[in-house]
Amino acid sequence: MYNTLEQLAAAAADRPMHEVVIADEAALTDASPETIFETMRARWRVMCESASLALDAPQPMQPPLIAGQSRRQAVYARGATLTGGALNEMMARALSASEVNASMGRICAAPTAGACGVIPAVLHFAVQRTGAEEDEAVKALLVASGVGAVITRNATVAGAEGGCQAECGTAAAMAAAGAVYLAHGSPEACIHAAAIALVNCMGLICDPVAGLVQFPCSFRNASQSVNAIASADMALAGQRSVIPPDEVVDAMYRTGRALPASMRETAEGGVAATPTGRRIAKNL
Amino acid sequence: MNISIFDVTGPVMIGPSSSHTAGAARLAYVAAAIAPDGFWQVKFGLAGSFAKTGRGHGTDKALLAGALGLSPDDTGIRDAYALAKARGISYDFETIELPDSHENSARITFLYEGGETFYVEGSSIGGGRILVTNLNGLAAEFSAESPTLITMQYDRQGVVSAITQLLAEQNINIGVMRVNRTARGDVASTVIETDAPVPETIVRALKSTPNIIRVCAVSV
Repeated sequence: MYNTLEQLAAAAADRPMHEVVIADEAALTDASPETIFETMRARWRVMCESASLALDAPQPMQPPLIAGQSRRQAVYARGATLTGGALNEMMARALSASEVNASMGRICAAPTAGACGVIPAVLHFAVQRTGAEEDEAVKALLVASGVGAVITRNATVAGAEGGCQAECGTAAAMAAAGAVYLAHGSPEACIHAAAIALVNCMGLICDPVAGLVQFPCSFRNASQSVNAIASADMALAGQRSVIPPDEVVDAMYRTGRALPASMRETAEGGVAATPTGRRIAKNL
Repeated sequence: MNISIFDVTGPVMIGPSSSHTAGAARLAYVAAAIAPDGFWQVKFGLAGSFAKTGRGHGTDKALLAGALGLSPDDTGIRDAYALAKARGISYDFETIELPDSHENSARITFLYEGGETFYVEGSSIGGGRILVTNLNGLAAEFSAESPTLITMQYDRQGVVSAITQLLAEQNINIGVMRVNRTARGDVASTVIETDAPVPETIVRALKSTPNIIRVCAVSV
């Protein structure tokens, strides 16, 4: 049983962490472990599809503020880049899921629809780096989901309540924990990767232009993917958050509640409140 | 942990918004499953944030697609207008007030050839979840997250026990049950949430039970 990140890591001392998550889910819903695993596998496949659909096909949307972003990044990823082809392809996948979401395509919310690109992009990247099979990806997604359940329970994942740090930030925390798990990091490293990811984007506001889930949402999905994989690597290197992970979750929550309403999904602050942002909203 | 991992990693849905798109699609899908078949027009009364910011999130398409029977993860939702045209169903959207209801609420009214109407009111309450609050004038309160059996009947002695007896005979366990009526002896509704889907045989048996007007089993 776990209600905190510390409890999740402690429960994983004598069995794999994804089994801890499955056991709690089974106790909550009476579903069998096999059903839980296969349901998560189905969600992983939806994620993978959404994170690849726009790589070579710009998705139709109104207004097309982010149409074609994924393909642009994917094409660039194949040439000379600063951070390398793999990292650029990861960003292209995050942008793909964001485009699919904005075009009324099928996605898996994780933890929200607006943040649906982070986890598939990061776990796909980590799967490729570690040479893992699909079953390992599903186990990592279960671990990520356990971390997400703790944050949902003890803080919030709603942009209207906690800003973008609660949506894309939580997605990054979940993805970082899953990526560490794929790389066979310790339970402690998993929860510290999540904490480092949250620390790295604490206070990030939610300021969607014209109230649409497009800009800056797709870039936040891509950049929080980079945050997640960087946090995972730092935790795997042995870095630890000085503030314990559960205190970081609580700090994220309190920070979110302290944000003015204009910066919590109302499209009245940040880049949404710029002259150009307001003009786009007016022309809808 | 008291939160399901599938509420965190999920739902699988059509974007872009769980409350304005997925919840809208689900509400209309459930409404259409409850309403009698064969409607020629459907009217959507949008309240609160559905009316204010719905269009940018495809709330209109999600509602229309749901009313046409598309499930909340059907990629055909974005082509809902073309589908309505192909089926010869007309539609209408208007802004309404629904006092004391949740931020994202709607009244969905189905219209039939003889001039009859049937309406369902409900709300999208976040994360793609819904709450149905009114069945054609009868107060209700259910989420359709579990398989749900809905009957509308004349408020007579013995009708409710006939329903529960039929379920018991088929080993269907009742999770939650609510009975509502407009006035004593008038029309009442029974909403029963069950652990397992209600088989078609029970629906048919209930339809031929005296004093029962409508029966439907909803499972999203």
